[in-house]
Amino acid sequence: MKIGREGPVIFSEIEPYAGLKNALNLGKTKVRDTVRDSNLKGRGGAGFPTGLKWNFVAVSPAEKKYVVCNADEGEPGTFKDRVLLTEYPGLFLEGMIIGAFSIGAKQGFLYLRGEYKSFLGILEKKLEEMRKDGVLGTDIMGKKGFSFDIEIRMGSGAYVCGEETALIESIEGNRGEPRNRPPFPANTGYNGYPTVVNNVETFAVVTHILVKGAEWFKSIGTEKSAGSKLLSISGDCKKPGVYEIPFGTSIKEILKMADAKDTKAVQVGGASGVCIAKSRFDRKIAYEDLSTGGSFIIFNQSRNIIDAAKNFLQFFEEESCGQCTPCREGIPVLLEGVEMLKAGECTQVYLKELLSLSETMQLASKCGLGQSAPNMFISVIDNFKKEYTLSKVNKKEKKFNG
Amino acid sequence: MDNNKRPFSQDTSRAPISQRGQEVETIGRGASKAKIKITIDDIEIKVPAGITILEAAKSVNIKIPTLCQHDDLCLAGVCRMCVVEVEGQRTLQAACSYPISEPVNVKTYSPRVRRARHNIIQLLLKNHYGECYSCSRNNNCELQSLAKEYGVSTYKFGHIDNPRYEKDTSSYSVERDMDKCVLCRRCVRTCIDLQEVGVLEAADRGSGTKIVTYMDKPLEDVICINCGQCINRCPTGALKAKDPSQAVWEAIDDPSKHVVMQTAPSPRAAIGEEFGLPPGTSVTKKLNTAIKRMGFDRAFDTNFTADLTIMEEGTELLLRLKKALVDKDKNVALPLFTSCSPGWVKYIEYFYPEKLNHLSTAKSPQQMFGAVVKTWYAKTNNIDPKNIVSVSLMPCSAKKFECERPEMNASGFRDVDHALTTRELAGMIKECGIDLPNLPESNFDDPLGTGTGAALIFGATGGVMEAAIRTAYEIVSGSEVPFDKLRITPVRGMDGVRTAEIPIKKAVDAWKFLEGATLKVMIGHGTANAKKIMDMLCQGELEGYHFIEIMACPGGCLGGGGQPIPTSPEIREARAKAIYAEEEGLPYRKSHENPFIKKIYKDFLVEGPCGRTSHKLLHTSYTARGKWIGKEKGNRKKA
Ligand SMILES: Cc1cc2nc3c(=O)[nH]c(=O)nc-3n(C[C@H](O)[C@H](O)[C@H](O)COP(=O)(O)O)c2cc1C
Ligand code: SF4
Ligand code: SF4
Ligand code: SF4
Ligand code: SF4
Ligand code: FES
Repeated sequence: MKIGREGPVIFSEIEPYAGLKNALNLGKTKVRDTVRDSNLKGRGGAGFPTGLKWNFVAVSPAEKKYVVCNADEGEPGTFKDRVLLTEYPGLFLEGMIIGAFSIGAKQGFLYLRGEYKSFLGILEKKLEEMRKDGVLGTDIMGKKGFSFDIEIRMGSGAYVCGEETALIESIEGNRGEPRNRPPFPANTGYNGYPTVVNNVETFAVVTHILVKGAEWFKSIGTEKSAGSKLLSISGDCKKPGVYEIPFGTSIKEILKMADAKDTKAVQVGGASGVCIAKSRFDRKIAYEDLSTGGSFIIFNQSRNIIDAAKNFLQFFEEESCGQCTPCREGIPVLLEGVEMLKAGECTQVYLKELLSLSETMQLASKCGLGQSAPNMFISVIDNFKKEYTLSKVNKKEKKFNG
Repeated sequence: MDNNKRPFSQDTSRAPISQRGQEVETIGRGASKAKIKITIDDIEIKVPAGITILEAAKSVNIKIPTLCQHDDLCLAGVCRMCVVEVEGQRTLQAACSYPISEPVNVKTYSPRVRRARHNIIQLLLKNHYGECYSCSRNNNCELQSLAKEYGVSTYKFGHIDNPRYEKDTSSYSVERDMDKCVLCRRCVRTCIDLQEVGVLEAADRGSGTKIVTYMDKPLEDVICINCGQCINRCPTGALKAKDPSQAVWEAIDDPSKHVVMQTAPSPRAAIGEEFGLPPGTSVTKKLNTAIKRMGFDRAFDTNFTADLTIMEEGTELLLRLKKALVDKDKNVALPLFTSCSPGWVKYIEYFYPEKLNHLSTAKSPQQMFGAVVKTWYAKTNNIDPKNIVSVSLMPCSAKKFECERPEMNASGFRDVDHALTTRELAGMIKECGIDLPNLPESNFDDPLGTGTGAALIFGATGGVMEAAIRTAYEIVSGSEVPFDKLRITPVRGMDGVRTAEIPIKKAVDAWKFLEGATLKVMIGHGTANAKKIMDMLCQGELEGYHFIEIMACPGGCLGGGGQPIPTSPEIREARAKAIYAEEEGLPYRKSHENPFIKKIYKDFLVEGPCGRTSHKLLHTSYTARGKWIGKEKGNRKKA
């Protein structure tokens, strides 16, 4: 995929292993302090403060700890990790080593999306090279007692395996189903040991922070969202691709960069994200406004938003792991609801029930998949009232309640 | 948390570590002993760290609805019925699986929670195909109760018109109707964690998720051991035992048939629960009255043949010891394993077929009874055995399969015609309008109606062992076991695996070689524990052990797959208590002292225990099935 814009963090130049070298000089605690002070938040979607997560694991007295890089990149419309995996593999792998050093892990896993199998060669080669360079293996860069290695595990093509606890189940060889949280992986992760799970981009950013410092990092972005974000821009625009934008950039600005015309709506955050109507294009990409794992899909005026919602719900219906009731049983109901809306068969009363169901799914589902599955539906109902008409007679109501 | 209050599955190895106990290791390990102040619905309480919100709420009598949670099982957190508000959390949290590790403020009935519960019930009902009136779980169904508690009056999100799945009625013991399944996965967890059999698993994804057997084959063709533990933990009517009550009615109604009933020890301590009595209420003598009023010709007692089992199995043990120790026969398989639990028998046939020589050849009490009733009883009472319909009341669904085994035709007829579960007989009693709790008492009928206390405790885990020790010890040493009131407490209790050592200080002449020896025994219940023991055997770690009791079901027969639903550690303990209490009031408490046992060996089994007639009628052989899945080697009755 084309790199649309080379931004200030990820795509800035650094020496290979410079971050790791600095880290080893700083010592474990100072590395974690640096990451904490940088205000780095996870780039995989949930936006959890990385420094805090690392600290949880670091202070645990457990005898084993693990580092996992989440390269499952399954969110529809996301392809930014792919660029890092293929073109900058050294960058995030170095971040993993830095993480391992600071929390005391000896073993790391790179969980690679099933569809990215073709990158296996590049990645294995890179790992081999790093072993030769002495940054993987025993006594890394001459640091006595610091040993760490990374193993690649292939995903099996299930979107839900990107959820960190399902991912761990999958690495353990079980059916990839999310676990109960708490306990979180930082407490009870791989084989029951404290485990750091971070996105590819998060690790890549860490390397930069260790080279250039927390203050530099905080100078980019907004007060609450330090740094920059990789976006995978797709849909109705002239220049789709991976863009690095500082946090705080507005949708309008991004549309301009991508050369999008006649835009009706933007889906930020993929299937699990929200759909923004034109009137709100001044909203900004930032944790405090529009948070995203990286997906940015542009719809122009010719697109039917209801169809888009239906598409996403179909995606979720297929990808739900089927464990918990709200997600497993709720998604088909919403899907049916969307079809009713499209056919003009949904009444105000039933729509209210569907919104109540959406709330329940958001609140009561076991993992982020079910919790975010109704987002698009709610966006459409709230922001695209022109796209549907309600009916006075509810066929369903007639059948069951009449 | 109190150690033995943990879910039974904590003892087993299959559950993911994160879900094994309802306990979390807090970041500062060791902190889990601390007490934490929390607030639930404005009530302030202090709870031990690591317990769940659900448990904490229970302690202050706040009921949070649940569906997938079960006290015996590792947590799942899948139904989401139990969601509550936890202050500071964006989403609702599942109370059943939220471990308390820091002070929390919980609301169990906020508007959002109430809406969520209503919606979740509606979602479950949407795909629920089944009519309550024709369902085995009508009036005892957790889904139905939830619908009632939450005042469901319409199907908000619609309702399915047609069944989606074919019913699986292939098994002799367990029937599956997946149209009534709510995907709580209790059966999966039961089969994998509690029983370590693992024939049930969730397959497919999303709305297509379903519980399947290996390759979706009929239950009959996979390695199900028929234990029925999954039935006992299913919240709905999706799983039920194969019910022969219609055939039993027909027999009762047929004047040419002589219909006899044998009652196993543990149903009598549990059937009261079906009539609203608290767990642990024994109704033995009222049950006899009910059985007679229903129209059975005789109410007999399986305890009689439980005593017979002790005589046969105990003798088999002593003979094996003699062969090994005196004759120095290297081929004698020791330790000897009990064989009265048909679920366990099938388990070892599937999983450890190469160890079948360790299994006692003695039949189970049910089958000994069947063989005796159509031979000795028929002869002495001048009844044509072909007119005898032999029915058993069993706590067990595997007993149904046991009746069907081709080996079980020793009398020349099918030894036991129908095995009814406790639940099924309760249904039949209710159908007659008989008010069991308020019946007058009556005794069992002779000659097959006298059993000892030793036989009665067969119903609890460790009971067979205790009964066997009482008899074997006395045969060998000439004196009673050295335990106060005959209570051999080391073999009692609910720990998954227990061991005991009984020194034999003195021995009579015939058994002199055992003088000074120490009898080493082991007890396991639930096949997950059987697996542990069998793995020890395979590793050669059971050297020196003589006798091992295994029951397929947690708690022993009193926790059998045919017993009243629900089940829990507390309920099983109450049943056990009732059995041990009743036992102490019986006139005979050692199998060999049963006067009718003496009589049968004098009049009928004249060569004595393990003699020729015994061998023909009371002993059996086994099938090395292996884990091969398919019809040929599977469970189908050979033509
Ligand atoms: C259904 C679902 C899918 C997810 N997929 C991914 C993914 O493909 N890649 C990813 O990095 N995080 C994914 N996440 C988020 C992870 O659970 C987790 O929050 C993240 O890996 C943590 O890393 P971070 O803190 O660096 O963002 C997913 C979450 C959910 C609920
Ligand atoms: S929300 Fe959906 S994907 Fe997540 S655990 Fe529940 S059923 Fe599985
Ligand atoms: S399973 Fe429960 S709700 Fe369903 S038909 Fe049976 S009794 Fe009714
Ligand atoms: S009867 Fe026992 S072995 Fe068979 S499925 Fe149920 S729990 Fe598993
Ligand atoms: S069969 Fe019963 S126990 Fe098993 S998942 Fe379905 S409802 Fe739950
Ligand atoms: S009872 Fe808590 S999720 Fe099912």
